[in-house]
Amino acid sequence: MAKNVKIYSTPTCPWCIRVKQFFKDNNIAFEDYDVAADRLKADEMVKKSGQMGVPVLDIEGEIIVGFDREKIKQSLGI
Amino acid sequence: MHDLIIIGAGPAGITASVYAARKAMDFLVLTGDIGGQTAWSGDIENYTGYQFITGPDLVGKFEEHMLSYNTSVKEGEEVIAVDRAGEVISVKTHKSSYQAKAVIVASGKRSKELNVPGEKEFKNKGISYCATCDGPLFNAKNVAIIGGGNSALDAALQLVKIARYTYIINNTPQLGGEALMRQKIEQARNVEILNNAAVTAVLGGKMVNAVKINHNGEEKILFVEGVFVEIGLIPNSDFVKGVEKNSRGEIKVNSRNETNIPGLFAAGDVTDVPEKQIIIAAGEGSKACLSAFRYAAQH
Repeated sequence: MAKNVKIYSTPTCPWCIRVKQFFKDNNIAFEDYDVAADRLKADEMVKKSGQMGVPVLDIEGEIIVGFDREKIKQSLGI
Repeated sequence: MHDLIIIGAGPAGITASVYAARKAMDFLVLTGDIGGQTAWSGDIENYTGYQFITGPDLVGKFEEHMLSYNTSVKEGEEVIAVDRAGEVISVKTHKSSYQAKAVIVASGKRSKELNVPGEKEFKNKGISYCATCDGPLFNAKNVAIIGGGNSALDAALQLVKIARYTYIINNTPQLGGEALMRQKIEQARNVEILNNAAVTAVLGGKMVNAVKINHNGEEKILFVEGVFVEIGLIPNSDFVKGVEKNSRGEIKVNSRNETNIPGLFAAGDVTDVPEKQIIIAAGEGSKACLSAFRYAAQH
């Protein structure tokens, strides 16, 4: 079954754009939270990842900071 | 063996790839990312043809242009060594190894770090090297921008719209950068420019809550939650063996983008060409490719 993928991003961050493109290219469905607009989600991101850099990925509870292609692939089994 | 390998996919590398494709060369592009520093730029108003475009949008256009030729781009492959033996140049990445007659190094520059206590500890915990990316997280917070050149001004222009109060900590007697950008910043109400000031430490608990600075010889604490480091750049030229560089580590090139090593060309911000601009890097990339094309045709 497909894993639940969330991404915490800002509209202007280049790595956020690339990680979303990566998911699209690999047909991975994801929920996208714009932490520039959504304060609650921004706080949630900081709590989950213990840091303030974007993007942050939550893949079924596993937190990945940044566009770490290898970790993402491993986590998704692709 | 390929005709050409292009290292880097910023404006120089991408433009070189467009020319290489149009010359029907057998080539590939090896790069850590797409867009380089341009992807991290805010508003761009000096790239001919666009009165206004954002960094990510311009990179989108560049990438679309590059990929329209079915170019082989290996993204996420970091080059660790470039070496010439005989007539062949070998390019080693952390994944694989490639050979070509000619190589264009267009690997650009990366952000310089502060080297003060607290910097490593609070990286991404309030310290950011990308205002474009992380700026929006500092909505209504106090922030400090370290630096006084164009990239610091660019960060300031983005942050004054987001943060409550922005300090610019500049270690020279006055701000550098473009006059137009300086004027815009000086007009903003929520900015304080501290000249002759240097950060001596970044302080905090779990996250940043202050910076210690030395301002005109006096020690001060500024309470900020965000610290944006924009103190300049260093060239990504460490991996090229035997190439001549200047005192800043920039690869020396002549007007044909040739280095001291036959078959090895360089373009853009990684070189000693004066003025680091997107449009200059793009032009240098095209020039380097035309030189590399001639070289590969003769060898």
